[in-house]
Amino acid sequence: MTTQAAVSGHAVEHDEPNYIAIFIYLSVLTGVELVVYGVGLPQVAKVGLLIALAFAKAVLVAMYFMHLAIERKALAIIAITPIVLVTFLCFMLLPDLTTRMWTKFDHKIKVSGPANPDVPAPAPQQ
Amino acid sequence: MSEVAAADTHEHGAVLADQLEESVTPGNLGKLGMWSFLAGDAMTFGAGIAAYGALRIGNPNWPSPADYLGITTTAVMTFILICSSLTMVEALSGIQRGNQAKFRNFMALTVLGGIIFLGMQAFEWHHLIGERGMSIKRDLFDATFFILTGFHGCHVFGGVVYNSVLLIRGMMGKLPQAKAGLVEIAGLYWHFVDLVWILIFTFIYLI
Repeated sequence: MTTQAAVSGHAVEHDEPNYIAIFIYLSVLTGVELVVYGVGLPQVAKVGLLIALAFAKAVLVAMYFMHLAIERKALAIIAITPIVLVTFLCFMLLPDLTTRMWTKFDHKIKVSGPANPDVPAPAPQQ
Repeated sequence: MSEVAAADTHEHGAVLADQLEESVTPGNLGKLGMWSFLAGDAMTFGAGIAAYGALRIGNPNWPSPADYLGITTTAVMTFILICSSLTMVEALSGIQRGNQAKFRNFMALTVLGGIIFLGMQAFEWHHLIGERGMSIKRDLFDATFFILTGFHGCHVFGGVVYNSVLLIRGMMGKLPQAKAGLVEIAGLYWHFVDLVWILIFTFIYLI
């Protein structure tokens, strides 16, 4: 087989993943997410579990439906690049979040959620 | 140039061409292009979700999504997108094996899944805007919600059009087995749309 055929015919010749099994995993994980959402877990545990479940589902889709598990490494590098950059962005935002709270700028930001009796409404600007 | 030098140059050129073929060939150029596009798109979505997180974490007055957003509808929407990802890989499997009927049927189901998703999103937006009074200009909670879900909805719409074009070409007999790569590239886009929704469902609706 030529190199080109090996590359272009890659997706045809590999053993296909068991797509039905991946579908079932994704459906079950979605169900687990809803259970975690519904039960009264502490907020930190709930958020941690939901994020872990979401990333598990995302990895399943990328690895098997998008064939990253059987693709060449070059494509995996392209796929990982935005994850690295977004992670870097999140870390760059952390110092700002930990040193300044938006509440100091209430006069500039309006969030109209459900009425919270503990939080006084901001004074209207003149 | 001597014959030996010419042979060396030719051999070197062949080796170089072989190395180039390993990285970029006409056979995988489209896939490489789609992955590059998706990487850029992922950074856009990632920045949007990071900005949403920064605004939300920094604001103790941020409303609970559960007070506004229905989970039942969006859970069904999530399941529909997962189903459409399955039908997409089955469509690809069909055309890779020259089974045009399987390709057409599963691609039609994929398009249908996208249309149902968009219909449910339109229903949800209509409910939130009409009955809950949400608006993109009302506050940050509403703005981030509509921007992230709207941007994703635009991607779903693009995917429905993209897949429909392939389906129509298949129905017209203009998508032979040799062009299965086109379906694989469309599949990458569609699965990416599914993947992004998985994250939006968690970050916007569940947390």
